[in-house]
Amino acid sequence: MTSPPSAQAAAQAEAVVAVRDVHYAIGGRQIFAGLDLTVRRGRITAIMGPSGGGKTTLLKLITGQITPDRGSVQVFGQDVAALGRGALYALRQRLGLLFQNGALLTDMDVFDNVAFPVREHSDLPEALIRKLVLTKLQAVGLRGAAHLAPAELSGGMARRVALARAIVMDPEVLMYDEPFVGLDPISLGVILRLIKQMNTALGITSIVVSHDVQELATIADESYLLLEGRVAVAGTPEELRTSQSPAVHQFMTGSAEGPVAFNYPAPDYATQLLAEDDE
Amino acid sequence: MSNSVRGNYLLEGLRRLGSVALFLLQLLAGSLPALTRPDLLLKQIYNAGARSLIIIMLSGLFVGMVLGLQGYDLLQRFGSEEALGIAAALGLLRELAPVITALLFAGRAGTALASEIGLMRATDQLTAMEIMAVDPLRYVAAPRFLGGVIAMPLLTAIFSVIGLYGAQLVGVQLMGVDRGVFWSQTQGAIDLHDVSEGMVKSLVFGVACSLIAVHEGYHAEPTAEGVGLATTRTVVASSVLTLLLDYVLTAAFL
Repeated sequence: MTSPPSAQAAAQAEAVVAVRDVHYAIGGRQIFAGLDLTVRRGRITAIMGPSGGGKTTLLKLITGQITPDRGSVQVFGQDVAALGRGALYALRQRLGLLFQNGALLTDMDVFDNVAFPVREHSDLPEALIRKLVLTKLQAVGLRGAAHLAPAELSGGMARRVALARAIVMDPEVLMYDEPFVGLDPISLGVILRLIKQMNTALGITSIVVSHDVQELATIADESYLLLEGRVAVAGTPEELRTSQSPAVHQFMTGSAEGPVAFNYPAPDYATQLLAEDDE
Repeated sequence: MSNSVRGNYLLEGLRRLGSVALFLLQLLAGSLPALTRPDLLLKQIYNAGARSLIIIMLSGLFVGMVLGLQGYDLLQRFGSEEALGIAAALGLLRELAPVITALLFAGRAGTALASEIGLMRATDQLTAMEIMAVDPLRYVAAPRFLGGVIAMPLLTAIFSVIGLYGAQLVGVQLMGVDRGVFWSQTQGAIDLHDVSEGMVKSLVFGVACSLIAVHEGYHAEPTAEGVGLATTRTVVASSVLTLLLDYVLTAAFL
């Protein structure tokens, strides 16, 4: 494994997640073909790439929801695919994942949603759970919404509640799946600041999966750009911006023309338009 | 239909049967921990049982009343209309109450279970639980399964009682069968065997209907169409299986 130049200075930091030569295909479509990347403790690592490029699949591999066809995914030094159910659940208690849609449990209110993991995994007295939950809800600015049902929340609010739930067990690694999609500028700014704050104040290692290049550039320590099932380029956001690679340049500038195919494979445009209708 | 296509259908059927059987084992394993969570279990017994009460009681009343009318009409041809109580009670306890309760349960509670769990799957709630190291099979599926299994015999018993009251209402109040004869004949003719036949049937139907509903919901495609299909399958499979099992159990009890 070759470390990106910028990461070499921080190479002493422990690798929390190590993805090595991962191959993964689903339904005959190759998602990963030799993916290699490292997430180091205490840093914000951005995983960027086009839609359908396997960013969410990567999170599923890290949390052990799926196993790679080849290669290994190590989290805290443990091979995720080799873990039994008990060990996998123990590992997951050290991880947090913020779902794109929040994935709040719809049969309980906001307070109970945030309290859910604590009640399931600890015997803390209810009074203490209440304080803990209110603290986390205050952190995302939704202490006043504790009594609301998930159906009464806007998309941005639901995601903030889900963030409170993801941090209530104080995970060591927090993963964000497309945290900026569909947010208004205020919510977006708040989420960005929260990711940064949780990283600096609590030392939580963060993995942010997104295609919002500009937002990520402001907070990420390291970035990986995934193209065609592998890491196209790794480095600081600045290094990605100044990269000479045509594919990286196309992604960073948002151009439809370039080595990354924007159009779904189709027969020749003119031929198809001018073809005689047989029916 | 070519042999290979027939073979594929057969294989697919076997695969589904195997998947349901495996799921039942997982549910049973998850049911033990679920028994230690009375809060979760009580909520599901309430959802599957108490919320089905109105439809069960109404149906029981009307089925009993129809039994009263038809039974009286038939029995009076032989001059034995006093036997109306026995006919109604036996028909209800052994056959009609468990079967109709199961069919109504599949339509009311079964569809609710399948669509609720299917939607939880479609909106990533089950995945979120997995990520939070909470087994959705134990937290979501097992309590709902157990709740259904416990609710079904209770609902069947209520159906029987209300049905018998409905038959009495028509037979005694409307058709003029003697009240004392109606009840004393019923009391004399019904023994524990008849009651236990109905209860065993309702327990088996409870396992079958709850298993199908929870299985279909849990394995639904995470789309609107998938959840709809899971709900439809729940009603169809539960109804057919209930009637099939009813024949097998009736043959076993006779």
